[in-house]
Amino acid sequence: MSDDNGTPLSPEQQGLRDQLKEGYNLIGKSPIKVDGMAKTTGETKFADDLSLPRQLFVKLHRSHVAYARIKSIDTSKAEALPGVVAVLTGESLPIPFGILPVSQDEHALCIDKVRFIGDPVAAVAAIDEDVAFEAMQLIHVEYEKLDPVFDPAKALLNNEEPLHDYGDDGNVHKRVSMNFGDVEGAFDDADLVLEEKYFFEGNTHLPLEQHATLAWREPDGRLTVWSCTQTPHYVHKAMSNVLEMPPSRVRIIATPNGGGFGGKSDPFNHEIVCAKLALITNRPCKIALTREEVFYCHRGRHPTLMNMKVGFRKDGQMTGMHFQSLLDGGGYGSYGVASTYYTGALQTVTYKLPNYRFDGVRTFTNKPPCGPKRGHGTPQPRFALEVHLDRAAHELGIDPADIRLNHLCPPDSITANWLKVGSMGLGPCIEKVVEASGWRERYGKLPHGKGLGLACSSYISGAGLPIYWNAMPHSGVTVQLDRGGGVAVFCGETEIGQGSDTVLAMCVAEVLGIELEDIRLVVGDTHTTPVDLGSYSSRVTLMMGNAAFQAAERAREMIAKAAGERLEVPSVRLRFAENRVFDVQDPEHGLTFAKAVQLAETKFGTIAVAGSYTPPATPGKYRGAGVGPSPAYSYSAAVIQVDVDPETGETVVEKIWVAHDIGQSINEMLVIGQVEGGVYMGLGEAIMEEMTYRPNRFGVHKIPSMLEYKSPTTYEMPPVETFLIEDPDPNGPFGAKEVGQGPLLPIMPAVANAVFDAVGVRVDEIPVTPDKVLKAMTSKDKRYGPTKYPDLKITDTMYVKTLEQGGDGTSPRPPKAPTSSGKKVSS
Amino acid sequence: MNPTTEAGGPPPPPTSLAKTHMVLRVNGEDHEVAFRPHKTLLEVLREDMDLTGTKHGCELGECGTCTVLMDGEPKLSCLVLGLESDGVDIETVEGMAGPEGGHPLQHTFAELGAAQCGYCTPGFLLTAKAVLEDDKDPSRETLVEELSGNLCRCTGYLKIYEAIELAAQRMREKGSSDEGGSHV
Amino acid sequence: MMRLPSFRYLAPKDAAETAKILTGEGPDAMIVAGGTDLYPNMKRRHQMPKTLVSLRNVNDLRGVEMNGAVTIGSNETLRGLERNAELKTRLPALWTAVQSISTPILRNMGTIGGNVCLDTRCNYYNQNWEWRRGIDFCMKCDGTVCWVAPSSSVCWAVNSSDTVPVLIAMGAKFTLVSTRGERTIEAIEMFGEDGIDYLTKQKDEVLTRIEIPDQGNATSVYRKVRRRGAFDFPVAAVAARVEMDGDEVKDVNLVLNAVGPKPVVCESTQEFLKGKKLTPEVVEEAAKLAARGAKPLDNTDHLSMWRKKVVSVEVKRALGALR
Repeated sequence: MSDDNGTPLSPEQQGLRDQLKEGYNLIGKSPIKVDGMAKTTGETKFADDLSLPRQLFVKLHRSHVAYARIKSIDTSKAEALPGVVAVLTGESLPIPFGILPVSQDEHALCIDKVRFIGDPVAAVAAIDEDVAFEAMQLIHVEYEKLDPVFDPAKALLNNEEPLHDYGDDGNVHKRVSMNFGDVEGAFDDADLVLEEKYFFEGNTHLPLEQHATLAWREPDGRLTVWSCTQTPHYVHKAMSNVLEMPPSRVRIIATPNGGGFGGKSDPFNHEIVCAKLALITNRPCKIALTREEVFYCHRGRHPTLMNMKVGFRKDGQMTGMHFQSLLDGGGYGSYGVASTYYTGALQTVTYKLPNYRFDGVRTFTNKPPCGPKRGHGTPQPRFALEVHLDRAAHELGIDPADIRLNHLCPPDSITANWLKVGSMGLGPCIEKVVEASGWRERYGKLPHGKGLGLACSSYISGAGLPIYWNAMPHSGVTVQLDRGGGVAVFCGETEIGQGSDTVLAMCVAEVLGIELEDIRLVVGDTHTTPVDLGSYSSRVTLMMGNAAFQAAERAREMIAKAAGERLEVPSVRLRFAENRVFDVQDPEHGLTFAKAVQLAETKFGTIAVAGSYTPPATPGKYRGAGVGPSPAYSYSAAVIQVDVDPETGETVVEKIWVAHDIGQSINEMLVIGQVEGGVYMGLGEAIMEEMTYRPNRFGVHKIPSMLEYKSPTTYEMPPVETFLIEDPDPNGPFGAKEVGQGPLLPIMPAVANAVFDAVGVRVDEIPVTPDKVLKAMTSKDKRYGPTKYPDLKITDTMYVKTLEQGGDGTSPRPPKAPTSSGKKVSS
Repeated sequence: MNPTTEAGGPPPPPTSLAKTHMVLRVNGEDHEVAFRPHKTLLEVLREDMDLTGTKHGCELGECGTCTVLMDGEPKLSCLVLGLESDGVDIETVEGMAGPEGGHPLQHTFAELGAAQCGYCTPGFLLTAKAVLEDDKDPSRETLVEELSGNLCRCTGYLKIYEAIELAAQRMREKGSSDEGGSHV
Repeated sequence: MMRLPSFRYLAPKDAAETAKILTGEGPDAMIVAGGTDLYPNMKRRHQMPKTLVSLRNVNDLRGVEMNGAVTIGSNETLRGLERNAELKTRLPALWTAVQSISTPILRNMGTIGGNVCLDTRCNYYNQNWEWRRGIDFCMKCDGTVCWVAPSSSVCWAVNSSDTVPVLIAMGAKFTLVSTRGERTIEAIEMFGEDGIDYLTKQKDEVLTRIEIPDQGNATSVYRKVRRRGAFDFPVAAVAARVEMDGDEVKDVNLVLNAVGPKPVVCESTQEFLKGKKLTPEVVEEAAKLAARGAKPLDNTDHLSMWRKKVVSVEVKRALGALR
C-alpha cells in the first residue's frame, strides 16, 4: 500500500486506514458543535463584546459625495472637542492596500479622491462613542466634485476622469476574453442556437453582526488586533504593510464572526485606522460600525449584465457557449479580478460543453465596492445558464430534468477550460429532487399560478491557488498532546458560523479515537496558529480537514509506536477509539489514550506535530487558469414550487427540495444547516434582496438599513427537504467536499424557472419581484429582462486548445489577436 | 419635523454627560447602575453591566437581535431607555441557565445546530422562551408568527423551529414526570 | 451603535399631568409611548426633543372598554389589543391591522396611540443624518427640497399607519386633551395635508382615547401590501367597511393608506357603490375608481407604478371579501 504520491505507508498509517475502513467513530454523525453551548449561553465573545481598560472609541468621517477630489480637511473643531484624543487623516497612512496583489487601490483613509458616498476620509478617537460621533460630525472636508459614474455601461465609455489610474483602460478595471475550442463552429453545427440577455442585481451579505475591531498597543510596542474577519492572514499582511511594522510584531486574532458570507474577507480600512489610532494614542481603540456603515463596506454580489449564447443539438447536448458578463465593480478592486474570472469559470463543470468562450469586463463605478458573496461570481452566470437550459428544454421539447441528466459532465474528466472534475454526483442529486417533488407527474401540469422549477449548480471546494502567489501550504494544523490525554489543536481557521471549529475537532478526534471534549482549539490567531488562508471559497473543510488529518495521523503514529511496544502488538493492528488504544484482534488488550500519550512522550519527548495541505497542481496553464480549479467540486440540484398571484405578480415560494453532493459529511447536522442556510440566502436573492442606489440623487445608497434591505423573515422561508449524496471524493478529508456555498446557487434560477411554469413568463432578472412578473405578463414577448448589451470592446481574445483538440492547457504566448472579434481562428 | 439645526450643520451634541443612578433588576438580581440618561437598555446592559450576551444588529428595531425579556415579554432593548427599565424584571441570555445547567432551549439550540454564527441566538432564545411560557406545544404556524421579529441570516430558521420543538417536548416530558413523580 | 441624543426625561402619572408638562415645556417637548417610532427617529436625528414626556406610568390611558362602542386607551399596547379575544371577534378588521404591524416583539412595546400618530415615512427621510447630508437633506427635516417630487411645495412622506385607515373607515373618534381642555374629532380630521404637518393634533395635546362606534351590521376588512410578512410597513393599504341592505350596499367606507401623505377616503367610489349590488362588474369598476385617489411616489419599498396597480386589485379583493 502507498499513499497518493506513491510513498509506501508505514504500519501505523496502514493501521489508521484499516481503522477508518471499519467505520467512523464520529465522521458523518452529528455531535453537538464544539462552540454550541458557548453560543447559546451568551459566552461567545464577538469583537464588539471585547473591551479593554482605557479604551477609546473610533468613528470614521465618511464622504457624503460620490466622487470628488479632496481639497482640504479641517479637523480643528473635532480636535478641540473635549474628550477627543486623536484625529487621523489619510496622510498618516499613505501606503495602499487591497486583498489582491493586482488591486492595491485602497487607502485606509482617502487621500486624493473619494469614490463613493461612505468612503472614509478622517477618523477620530475619543473617550466614548457619543463624543466620537459628535467629533466625527465636526470634521469639515472641502471637495472639488467630479462627474460620477454609476452605470457600468457608461463606465465602459467614460475615460475622462477614471476612478483609478490603473486597470485595463479608463474605468475598465479588468477585461478578459478566453476562447476554448471552436465556438463559432459549434454554433454552425447546432440545431438550435439560443441567445438571451440576463441581469443579476447586486445584493449584500447582511451578517447580523456589524463589523468591529479592537486594537491594542502592547507595552513593548507590538500590536494586537481583534477583529471579526474571515481572513486574519490577509489582514495580517495588509496591516503590517500599511503600518510599516514587521509582521512578526503584528498579531491578528479573528474573533468568531457573527456571520460573514464573504463580507468580512477583505482587509478593511476601519481595521487599519483603529490599529493606527491605538499606536498613536497608546491606548486600546475600538471601532464598531453602524448598520449603515456595513452597507458601505459591502464587497457583496456584483450587479452583472450577461449575454448567453448557446448552441444545442436536438437531443439537448450543448455544442458550444459564448458567455459575456459585465460586472459593476463599485469604487475599488477588492476581489473583483477574481470575481470577473469566476463569472466565466464554472459553466463547464456541470454539463458537457466541448467549446466555450468567455468575455468578461469589470468596471469601476462610484458605489461601495463589490466583492465575494457566497458563491463568488458564479451565481450570476449560473442563473443565466440554468434559465437558458430551461428555455432550450422547452424549445426542444425535452423535460428540463432530462436535458440536464442526459448530458452531465463526466466524472474524472477535463473540461474545455481545463478544469479537472473528480467525483461528480449531480445525476443522483437531480434524481433525488425530481423524485421527491413529484416532478415527473406534476411539472407543467399544475393549475395556472402554480409552478415547479428545476436548476442545478456546482461549486469549488477551495480555490486551487492562493490569493497571492506562493507555493506554501494553504492550511496548517498543529496537534499538541498533553499527558492527561488532552489534545490542543492549533489552526489559523476562522469560525464564521459554518462550523469549522467542529470540523477541525472532529477530524482530529476521529483519527485519535478521542472525544470532542478532550480537544482544546486555538484558532484564528496569527501569533499562535499556523496559517490557514481563511474562511472563503469553501476551502476550510477540505484544506484544513486534510491538514488536520495529517497532523493527527503524525501524532497517532508516535502514540502507536510507543503503545505497540508496550502492548507488544504490531502497530498496524492498533485501533484508537473510545479514548483507548488497543489491539484490534483482542480489544481488551489496550491502554487508555492518556497512558499511551505518556508512553509516547517518554519515548519521543514532548509531542507537538504539524500537518499541512497544498492543493494538487492544476492542468490549466493559460493566463487566467488560476480561477476555477479546485481539488473537488460539489454539486447541487433544487426543485422549487411557487405560487404566483397573476393579478399582482407576487410570488410565494411554497416548497424547496434540494440535494447536495457532499462527498462525505463530516458532521451531517452542520452540512444540512449549511444547505438550509444557503437555500435561505438564495431565496432572499431570488425574490427580494437588492443593493440599489439613486444615481439621479447624487448616488446615495437607496436603502442602507435592515428594514428596507429585505432579508426574508420566518414568513418567507418555506419548508425545505434536503438530501445528501455521499460519494467520497479522494481529495477530501474522509472524502468530504464543500457545502457552504454550492446549495445557494440553484435557488435563483429554480425560482425563475418555476415562475415560468406557473404563469408562462420569463423573468430574466434577479430578483424576481412582483412588478417584473406583472410587466412580463402584460408584455408582448411574455418576458421581462434586459434587451440591450453594450460592446465590451474585446480586442484581445486568448485562444486555448481544448484537450479534445489536442491542447496541453497552455495558451500561445503572446496570445494571437484575431483580425476581428468573434471570427473562427484555426491555429 | 422639528428642524433644530441649520441645513447642513451637524446636529447638536448630547448636552448632558452626567450619569443617573438607579437599581435594575436583571436576571433575578438587583444591580446598582450608573449610566447616562440617554442610554438605551441595550447600551446599559452591554457597556455599564458587562452583559455582552445581548447583541445588536441595527439599533433601530429592525432586526430583533437585541431582544430581552421584560417581565417575561420579549422587547427590543435598543428601543427601551435604561431609565424606563426600573421596576421591571429583565432577563438576558446570561440569566437563562441555572445551577443545574442550561435552559432546555440552550441545549437544543446547540445540539440541533440552531445556532450557527450564534449572533442572533440570544434574541431567538429569549423570544422562544416567552413563546413556551404561553404555549407548551407550539405549532409551526405559531413559531413562524412569534419568531417573525427575529432575523437570522445563517439557518433559514428551520433548525431554530426544530430546536424549540425539541425543547418544548423535553419540557413537557419533564413537567409530566415531575407531576407524576413522588416527592420524597 | 446608533445612539440617542440627550434629553430630559419626565414620566407623569396621568393624562392631565402630561398635558400640563407639555404646556410648560412648549414645542421642545415630545410625548413618547412605546418608543418604537420616536427612538429610531431620534437616533437618526430627525427629532431631538429637549424633553421627553413618557406615558409609561400613565395607566389611565390603558385598557379597552366594550359597550356598544369600543373605547381604547391610547396607551394600550398593540399586543394587548392583539390578545383581546373580544376585540378580535367584534372588530376583526382592526385586529388584523394591529396584528400586521411590524413584529410581535415590537407590538409588545408599541401602542395604538403611537400607531395613530406614526410619523410619516419616506426613504429620503428615514435615514441617518450622514446619509441625508448626501442629498443635502430634505424638506421634511433640515432641508428644503422634497426629493421624491422636487418641484413640489409640500412634503410627500407617506402615512404608513395600519390602524388609521381602519379607524377612519369605522368612523372612529379621537379625544385630545390639553390644558386648554378636551376635544373629540372624527378620525379623518386628525390628519393634515402633507407629510410635515401630518397631524392636526397640536403639540400640547395628548391623544387619550379612541372610540369606535357600534358597527351594527356593517362588516369591515383590512388588506395590506408589503414585501415581507413581518417588519414591513404597508406600501399600500385598503380598509373597507360595508353595511348591506339585503344585497344592496346601504353604506360604505373605503379608505386607502400608504399611498400618499394623508389617508385617502375614496368618496366618489363610496358614492358610486351606494345602492348597488356588489357584482363582480361593480366591484371592478369601484376598484378602478378608487385607485385614482392613490398617488404613490417612489419613496417607499416597491415601485410606485406597481403599488398603484395593486391598489385596485386590493380594493377589488377587499370589496369581494365583503360581498
